[in-house]
Amino acid sequence: MLIDVHAHFYHAASPRADWRERNASRLAAGRKIGVTIHVASILGSWGRTSPTYFPSPRDVEHGNTALLALQQEHPDLIRGYVTVNPNYTAHARAEIARCLGAGMVGVKLAASRRATDPLLDPICELAAERGVPVLHHVWQHRRHDRPGQEASDGRELAVLAARHPQARFILAHIGGGGDWEHSLAALRAAPNVYVDLSGSGVDGGMLEACLEAAGVERLLWGSDLTMDTGWAKLRYLERLLPPHDLELVQWRNAARIFPRGAFPAD
Amino acid sequence: MRIDVNAFLGAHPYRRVPGTSPDGLLRAMARAGIDEAWVSHLPSVCWRQPMEGNAWLYDTVAREPRLKPVPALHPGLAGWEGAVGEAADRGAPAGRCDPLCYGLDPTGPEMRVLAAACGAAHLPLMMAVRLEDPRQRHPNDGVAELAAAAVRALIRSDDDVRLLITHADRGFIEEVHFGSTPEEAARLWWDVSWIWGPPEDHLETLLGTIGLDRFVFGTGQPLRIPEASVAKLDLLDLAPAQRAAIDSDNARGGLLR
Repeated sequence: MLIDVHAHFYHAASPRADWRERNASRLAAGRKIGVTIHVASILGSWGRTSPTYFPSPRDVEHGNTALLALQQEHPDLIRGYVTVNPNYTAHARAEIARCLGAGMVGVKLAASRRATDPLLDPICELAAERGVPVLHHVWQHRRHDRPGQEASDGRELAVLAARHPQARFILAHIGGGGDWEHSLAALRAAPNVYVDLSGSGVDGGMLEACLEAAGVERLLWGSDLTMDTGWAKLRYLERLLPPHDLELVQWRNAARIFPRGAFPAD
Repeated sequence: MRIDVNAFLGAHPYRRVPGTSPDGLLRAMARAGIDEAWVSHLPSVCWRQPMEGNAWLYDTVAREPRLKPVPALHPGLAGWEGAVGEAADRGAPAGRCDPLCYGLDPTGPEMRVLAAACGAAHLPLMMAVRLEDPRQRHPNDGVAELAAAAVRALIRSDDDVRLLITHADRGFIEEVHFGSTPEEAARLWWDVSWIWGPPEDHLETLLGTIGLDRFVFGTGQPLRIPEASVAKLDLLDLAPAQRAAIDSDNARGGLLR
């Protein structure tokens, strides 16, 4: 059993002409790697009609609907995060209710609003109430604002997590670029923040540092945009961890924080 | 047989990295099924006199046949011609120069003279586009990344020079390859360490558009875990001969001809 907690898919209204090939490539690579479930999100129109990290309500809905269609097409392989833009509170909460009702299993917060902002509270309250985790896009040590996103770093996510101790948060792509040591230091004292190991970064020492800072019970396997690096980290952990601990990272930790019944083994 | 053309020994000045000793590297090689590694001395990339790391490098690899030395060559400092000659005499598979780390103009006269000297000595010249993701560098590590234009300029600067470029991504490789004549492009080799696999399939695309014979296996270890380069190749549907070409044959048969 292997759960990828950080996957993405594309759709016809995204800017990519090769969207079908990319989706098919993810599923094909997943078969080789042994991925049992891809837990995925679609960030609106991926920039075509509104910015990827600031998706319009209309694009949010369209992306989520496209993901629901993929989930229905591959019920044995795909689960969804509801993507929301917290600047539109009522829409975001309605979208969460709609998509969880249709079978999605988590909430995706990208970078439309800083994690420390009170506008995230109604989203996180609803996630906690519904018992689903929040996958939060993180820039590992954000030293300044980046164009195109109102990104948060690990320290800012820890502030949000402290405000919502009943909610479960996934710190996105620890290998996704940036100073991961900064993030790991920030989440030591944030027990409701889990670390998603995805991202193109495969730094020597990073996985050991994740284990040391968060403990094996808070690590989740994922791939994001590069499945080869995800597989590499999994192979590395196979040598580093005893079988029971490896299973925690592969799927047991995910099964614990997602709603019961989200995955086949539940 | 798998040859890692892009490996390092020694501590990294900007963060703690495990496995930087010869024993650590050999353990990682065994783990990833790597039979031979071409190794550079990592600390001296940042030294004012990078060639001062070469003696330690030669002594170290002399005790371990699975490691081959890639000595530093700084064409702006006295003694560089001797370093090129020593590399050729000792059978080094390549020499390395990271001009931006050394404070050199990558297309300036010193680099052109070095390229010509390496060409004359039949010594491939290795250059890294980057060593780490720019988003995570230490605040004091402000060295710019090598530009594709610099590689195009260097490959044009001498008819005999052969360049081994590491840590390049798809866009960089395409820009240099299709910005070069076929004769120039045939003297360029690329390691696979920084090229994305699925679902983007950058490596698969490059093998189809540029050709399998231009690519060699490299990892950037221990700064990066070597499993990444193995995994991206395992995700491709390569025939055994194609896989062997990337794993070792292109390095031994083409680059080191």
